[in-house]
Amino acid sequence: MANAIEIDGVTKIFRLYSEKYTSLKERVIHAGKNPYQEFYALRDVTFNIEEGSTVGLLGHNGSGKSTLLKTMAGILQPTKGEIRIKGRVSAMLEIGAGFHQELTGRDNIFLSATLLGLPVKEVEGRFDEIVEFSELGKFIDNQVKHYSSGMYARLGFAVAVNVDPDVLLVDEVLAVGDENFQRKCIERIKLFQREGRTIVFVSHSPDLVRTVCQSAYVLDHGSLIGRGEPSEAIAALRDSLGRGGVGGSLIGDESSTAQIDPTALVVEQAVTVTALKCFSGVGQENDHISPHDSLNVHVAYHTQRPIGDVSLTIQFLSPQGETIFAGNTKDLDLPGYDIDGDGVFELYFESLPLLDGVYGIVAMIIDASGTLVSWIEEKAAFQVMNPSKVSGLVALTFRVTSSS
Amino acid sequence: MIEQFSSHDEKPDGVAIRMGREKLHVVSPDVGIGQRLINLWEYRPLLLSLIRKELSVKYKNSVLGFVWSMLNPALTLIIYYVVFQLVLGSGIPQFAIFLLCGLVVWNFFQAALMGATTSVVGNAGIVKKVSFPREVLPLASVGSALVFFFLQSIVLIIALVIARDAPAISFLPLLLVAIVALVILTSAIAIFLSALNVYYRDTQHLMEIVLMAWFWATPIVYPYHLVATLLGRHNILWAFFVNPMTAIILTFQRTLYAQISPLGANHLPVPILPANSELWYAGQLGIVVAVSVVLFFLALRVFGRMEGNFAEEL
Repeated sequence: MANAIEIDGVTKIFRLYSEKYTSLKERVIHAGKNPYQEFYALRDVTFNIEEGSTVGLLGHNGSGKSTLLKTMAGILQPTKGEIRIKGRVSAMLEIGAGFHQELTGRDNIFLSATLLGLPVKEVEGRFDEIVEFSELGKFIDNQVKHYSSGMYARLGFAVAVNVDPDVLLVDEVLAVGDENFQRKCIERIKLFQREGRTIVFVSHSPDLVRTVCQSAYVLDHGSLIGRGEPSEAIAALRDSLGRGGVGGSLIGDESSTAQIDPTALVVEQAVTVTALKCFSGVGQENDHISPHDSLNVHVAYHTQRPIGDVSLTIQFLSPQGETIFAGNTKDLDLPGYDIDGDGVFELYFESLPLLDGVYGIVAMIIDASGTLVSWIEEKAAFQVMNPSKVSGLVALTFRVTSSS
Repeated sequence: MIEQFSSHDEKPDGVAIRMGREKLHVVSPDVGIGQRLINLWEYRPLLLSLIRKELSVKYKNSVLGFVWSMLNPALTLIIYYVVFQLVLGSGIPQFAIFLLCGLVVWNFFQAALMGATTSVVGNAGIVKKVSFPREVLPLASVGSALVFFFLQSIVLIIALVIARDAPAISFLPLLLVAIVALVILTSAIAIFLSALNVYYRDTQHLMEIVLMAWFWATPIVYPYHLVATLLGRHNILWAFFVNPMTAIILTFQRTLYAQISPLGANHLPVPILPANSELWYAGQLGIVVAVSVVLFFLALRVFGRMEGNFAEEL
């Protein structure tokens, strides 16, 4: 199988200036001493991505994953090494990059599409498709500055996916927009997968990588530390977290250039989710349940020291590994929890409208700053056995009336 | 610490492989000038889009809109006319047309360079998020200034019609050469300044002063002959032609104003332009074209060197 992307010994060094002199006066006064430290954002990264595969790039803040994506897109030049990409590249680093507020949606489609390298004739040919995807209708002739953020995002995404890229580079852009829009984006990305396009996907979210990607690469401090199937890569990411491979955002923060802030490390290691157990309504562990039964989920944790204001995210996975439910306690307006030592979160689900299958549960503990600090994933958390003859994933109940 | 997991390369069945464009896109620290020019050529739709954007945004919320681009030289003309013809008494016959010939060219040069200098910094948002040949940004400033140049030329043509002045027909081909020289020269300086301003934000302020000095060093408001005699006395006439704008503007004046030494108010001839043949003008322009082309490639090279860090510097 041919490679779509070949990343060959790519190193990227950023200069971190402790004081930046941008004007001529300052440069003359401080002639020859523009103090900077070298920061390796990428260290000799080499790997190939096959044509038609969907690959995730995982890593913590400052691990270099966004830098690598920007280098692939040609926005940053590598200090050393080379990247070879076959075919047309479309990078979605920001939705609606290059839109001009004063112009109409129509004008911006042309501006943005030519910015992505599309000839005008092709833009004209795809124009209707772009407008349709964006669902803007008659608003297409309004100035972009009057758009809502949702309309703006839809138009931006519509242009980017209609550039007909062979290689699509996506950076967290799916985090914007409403759920309906996100679903549409993921559907389009899955269509791209079926069409055999190559997709590189950067995300903080292991969940998204698990649903979308076939394989993933893990970066830590600019080096490639693991690769494989998404679940393996996520495990490698977790290991690096355990080893203290986290330094927060390194770029632009001179104090943390070389060494890792030890207090940050303590916070990262302070909590561990130790176990996840499910009990059916009758109280038996790991027993199968029937549709609409209740379920108790116990999430056990251990902390090194007291931690305040954490929240819990619970996620249900379908037998195919897709998220069927995800919710965070803070989003449900519950107060943050102060936890210390060993403890258990007990969750009670009154009725699970699910049909046959083995379902997974992921429990995640989020600290006060919104950072995921520890999680546990049970691929086979509970099983639903369905005595009736209906089939599918969700147990719907309905009534029928017939009139003639 | 390298941890290699076994890589799983199988893909789910039924995945079609796109057979297609074999175009290879290479990102590396060294991209040759040839490749840069090819990239630039492929992105000409973007250049046109950006020019269209600049044009439609510039006069968006103004009542007179594009009329401003023509009012501007007309009003400047009135100011210079009052100061130089009425107050100082320059004695140049048909001063308005003489002045317009130089002013139209200079307005293009100045607008293009001022726009280009801030073009990369001003578009930081897209430079940091989208990959495209960055030279397109200063070139779009040159392009939109060129559109205004043609609009302002309408003012000049109207003035010529009103004054019933015929241009020097034998010089018309040279006028085209002069426009080509002007565009290449301006593009070269524009590309260089746009990159320089990313690293030294003083460039834009410095340029205001430099352009003003440059304006007065070029025979636009005063006739060539006045300064040429002065410099000729010290045998440093060549210094006047170190300024490439001199030859370009002289060609415009020779072609459109077309009078070498017309009769002044007291019926004595007023020497204004060099009384040389088309060949001499062609030679001067030829040097400017050659120098401009060299400067253009030099600017591309310097731009290429500086471009690598644009996304970080902005």
